[in-house]
Order: sequence, then C-alpha cells, then structure tokens
Amino acid sequence: MSQQDGVVHSAIVAGPIDLGRLYERVQASGIGAVSMFVGTVRDVNEGRSVTGMDYEAYESMAAAELRAVASEVCAQMPGLRVALEHRVGTLALGEASVVIAAAHPHRGPAIEGARQIIEALKHRVPIWKREHYVDGERAWVDPTASRARASRPPVGDA
Amino acid sequence: MSVSVLLFASYADAFGARRLPVPIDAPCAVHDLVSAMRALPGGHILPTEPLVAVNQVWVDGSATIGAGDEVAVIPPVAGG
Repeated sequence: MSQQDGVVHSAIVAGPIDLGRLYERVQASGIGAVSMFVGTVRDVNEGRSVTGMDYEAYESMAAAELRAVASEVCAQMPGLRVALEHRVGTLALGEASVVIAAAHPHRGPAIEGARQIIEALKHRVPIWKREHYVDGERAWVDPTASRARASRPPVGDA
Repeated sequence: MSVSVLLFASYADAFGARRLPVPIDAPCAVHDLVSAMRALPGGHILPTEPLVAVNQVWVDGSATIGAGDEVAVIPPVAGG
C-alpha cells in the first residue's frame, strides 16, 4: 500500500459508494486515525417529506473541483491522506451521496480534514440535487434560498 | 454568430435545453452573455450574476469569453 500523503482517490461515481473500499484506500502503516464522513439522503427537507433524490453533475468540472478541494485541504494538513467519492443518479432514502475518508497519524487533523472538505465541496463543486416528494412533485434544491447570504465559489483565471 | 452555453439542473429545465445557442458574438464579457440569456425564453430564472465557468474554471462577470471556449452558466450548487 502506498505511503504517499494527499489525495489518493477522487471520483464522481454512478453506482453505490463502497465505504470499506475508501477506508482501505487511505489506511496505511503510519495512520492512527481515519475519519469517515458520509452524506446520506434524508426523508425530510424544510418540513416536506422526501422519498428520494436525483443528483446531477457537470461531470468533468465536478471531478476536477472535487479533487482540487481535497488537494487544497491536504496542502494545509501535512500527513493527511484522503479518498472521496460523490455519487450521481437516482438515490433512495438512506443511501450515501458522498463519502470522504480522511486519514492521519492523529485524530485531530483526520476529523478536521474531513469537515473542511465537505464544507468546501458544498460551496464549489458543480453538483445539484432534485428532491422527490410524496405527492410526486420533484424540485431542485437551492441552498442559496435558505441561506442569509448566497456564497459563491472562489473565482479563478479562465 | 452565437455562443454555445452548457446548462444543468434547474437552468436546463427553464431554458428547455442542456446546450443553448445564445445570440451574441465572441469575444464578449460574461455579463453581456448573461444579459443576452436573460432576454431569452426561460431567462427569468437567471439572477443578474449567476455562477459561470469558462473552460471549467469559475469566473466573474468581467471575464472574457473567447470563440471556442467551453461556457457553463451554473445554478446554485447543492452537492453533498
């Protein structure tokens, strides 16, 4: 197994995410802590019953941004090893939409690394989700509608 | 001439297209492209400053779009 730090695996996937496989990807002999963040499909959002979710991505850019987010956090935390996947397509309640495995010799950076990656991912990776409701209606989620102030991704050079 | 714009999620639904030809000549500024899109059917969904990526990099309204650039006008992201 590679002892290299940084992002060991990053992907947008169309099928179920294998949590154990992501754990295995970051585990290594110098690792003392692995923090796994798992985002799952919830049965209610803002008071409405949800029965499922479609995820759509601007796939090539999303793959690049997903890796960039993880790389930037790793650059701030020497020794951090990360493997992550975000799923697209139609998901049932309780299924994992995103999994981040963050490993480090110590628990503090492992937990903090996973937290920073999920927060940044939500702000700048071009992925969208459409909720399915009990009455058959479907609607795209707009996080900026429920935030006090819309946050925007950092702008780079075109 | 037109600029071909990639659309996703709610914006694709509103414009009824995933790749929309916008009647404007390149090179042009991002904010001019957005203004042209807001005048099209479905354009009411766009805020004055939507998220925009050129060649898969986030840009602001003053950025320039050149001929052949990959342009995407992007709804509020909601991953996770």
